[in-house]
Amino acid sequence: MLKILRERLRQGHRTARYPKEPPLLPERFRGAPRIDPGRCVDDCRLCAAACPFGAIEPAAAGVRLDLGRCIFCGECAAACPTGALAFSRDHRLAARCRDDLLAGPDGHRLAIALDGEMRRLFGRSLKLRQVSAGGCNACEADLNVLNTLVFDLGRFGIQFVASPRHADGLLVTGPVSENMRSALLETFAALPAPKLVIASGACAIGGGPFRGSPECHDGIGALLPVDLYIPGCPPHPYTALDGLLRLLGRL
Amino acid sequence: MSPLHAAIPVANGGALPLADLPLLGRGHFTGALLAEVAEGARVAALFATPGGRDLELYAVLARDGRGDLAVLRTEIAEGFPALAARCPELQLFEREIAEQYGCTPGGHPWFKPVRFHRSWRTGRDAWGRGAARPRPAVQEFYRVTGDEVHEVAVGPVHAGVIEPGHFRFQCHGEQVMHLEIALGYQHRDVERLLLGGPHPATPHQVETVAGDTSVGHASAWAHLCEALGGAEVPPRGAVLRLAALELERLANHVGDIGALANDVGFLPVAAFCGRLRGDYLNATAVLCGNRFGRGLIRPGGVSADLADEQAAALRERLAPVARDTRGALELFFDTPSVLARLEGTGHVAAADAAAVGLVGVAGRACGLKRDARAHYPLGAYRAAGVEPAVKWGGDVYARAAVRREEVAVSLALVDQALAGLPPGPVRTASGALRPHALAVALVEGWRGEIVHVALTDAAGRFARYKIVDPSFRNWTGLALALRGEQISDFPLCNKSFNLSYCGFDL
Repeated sequence: MLKILRERLRQGHRTARYPKEPPLLPERFRGAPRIDPGRCVDDCRLCAAACPFGAIEPAAAGVRLDLGRCIFCGECAAACPTGALAFSRDHRLAARCRDDLLAGPDGHRLAIALDGEMRRLFGRSLKLRQVSAGGCNACEADLNVLNTLVFDLGRFGIQFVASPRHADGLLVTGPVSENMRSALLETFAALPAPKLVIASGACAIGGGPFRGSPECHDGIGALLPVDLYIPGCPPHPYTALDGLLRLLGRL
Repeated sequence: MSPLHAAIPVANGGALPLADLPLLGRGHFTGALLAEVAEGARVAALFATPGGRDLELYAVLARDGRGDLAVLRTEIAEGFPALAARCPELQLFEREIAEQYGCTPGGHPWFKPVRFHRSWRTGRDAWGRGAARPRPAVQEFYRVTGDEVHEVAVGPVHAGVIEPGHFRFQCHGEQVMHLEIALGYQHRDVERLLLGGPHPATPHQVETVAGDTSVGHASAWAHLCEALGGAEVPPRGAVLRLAALELERLANHVGDIGALANDVGFLPVAAFCGRLRGDYLNATAVLCGNRFGRGLIRPGGVSADLADEQAAALRERLAPVARDTRGALELFFDTPSVLARLEGTGHVAAADAAAVGLVGVAGRACGLKRDARAHYPLGAYRAAGVEPAVKWGGDVYARAAVRREEVAVSLALVDQALAGLPPGPVRTASGALRPHALAVALVEGWRGEIVHVALTDAAGRFARYKIVDPSFRNWTGLALALRGEQISDFPLCNKSFNLSYCGFDL
């Protein structure tokens, strides 16, 4: 007992002061992209050519980056000769609509809160059932991190639960392998209405690194009605937490 | 030629022209393989690829004692005699070949699908399942019957935030008589996505074979590209790779001890380790911006340098993390009520472990001295002199104790790496891949031995890419560990292995 107390005193209190203080992310972290069309060289397209997943397309001014396809590998920024495309350390990425994930010179449209009855029901207490559907387990690993004392997800009234019957929403990771399709749909059906669906990670939004695999469905878009998209490969725990809190109108 | 000389040696991280690999007769191949195994070799990989009269079969042998690898090749037709009964570590490989190419290993003692996908050759199904797509876990399960016997089915969707898989327990009261595990839910067809590559997406797909082992799998892939492209990683790049692989080991081993603590209800250590795991992931993000090491390991070296002052800062930052880690582990292993739950639980006999070919932490906990860092060191490991951390208990305690010992070694390795980064560049150009060649790389990931084998075509593209994640072998170990256990100890046993579903499912 004394040993436990001694070690507890040594290790100290480690819960982050988020959201009172913004998270400090590493220098090389790749978060929200910054696009400066003024620096774009006409018809350069080097960034688009460098993207392995077709996330970049030309736009009226400069380019647009689809954060739903992006895995934040940074190869586009490395290929850009002028610095017109770069990644910031801004962890805030989540959006409510698929089209809101298209980032341009003005950034992209961050998630807005649920409204009316949905916010009244879930704003102070949200229970989520998570389903892995063909990913690589990194999304799961960094979601589990939210339950550590650093993030302490419970203090926000959000909890992952075992039974879909106890859940208010379904959080899906993975590109939806064909072998998980029916289990995913059955889990969704088992949630009582009204219910939310969250696509977390590049795979669940657009297939991620497995986009185009004949064994996968390029994400949940064609299978389920999505209320929140959390980009990243995997999303940083702060990106996921930011998205959940935005959805609940807590940020 | 004696059977023991039929296998063509190849260095780890090396390549050889396919022309140098004789196409042995089937009998000769079998004789040579069994003779090698009798002499102590392990089968690191067994896979088929279209060629010859129908399929060519390759076996990569790992001769731990001699520190070298060797390759055997033969051809097989629609059916081939199974060797699983004589060499049980082959059982899953033979089922995998049958599932992929629709050819039947005759006399296989446990002939069931592995990942539940269609055969890669239309119209050929080893189980005669017709044109309809196979459904996951639709197979005959081994069943025990009797008045007081009941079956417990779990999954694919489990209680926690974890990957999917299906488990069938045959129970007599609380006691598990047999556990059968059906996987394949995470199947993304990775091996076939890599064909014709390297493609622009290839590095990212390799890094997500098992996302918690991104550095391990990317390292194996990079070694193959370097072997086929004739590149030598500069010393600074090699040392940074070692640091990244050991940080990955630290994050996962520390996280696993925390998960064990959670499952036995010892919450202080669960809380400490959960936080510490994140500290190691954040250290990896200092190297490359991503907590899982994405984008760091690339053919020819690493994608980004760490300046000497950054290395010094990271080293300084890790010092208190190391201290807290030691404190947490000490508390865990010094608490009798914890040890009482670990000792004797989930026991795997050494002979069984050797027969089914367990690797990594699970193998070493059963007394198997297997560690690719020691037997087949690559890059900076050549000078590191890692000794395998071996325990003999074969139980949950032994698997935890192996991790504790490896945490200490990894902490020292990372510290040395950051303290003494050699000068010079971190990456060299890795050229086009050599055509008509075979390359093989073994990397000791945190779970165990990762095997990647590539065959190139006339244009130097991947004609076959074989991945063996340590979980491919070790799930069988978990099933064995449950025999005679209480079903309520399944979570504890499971955490002590902490295997990858997606690494198995590919």
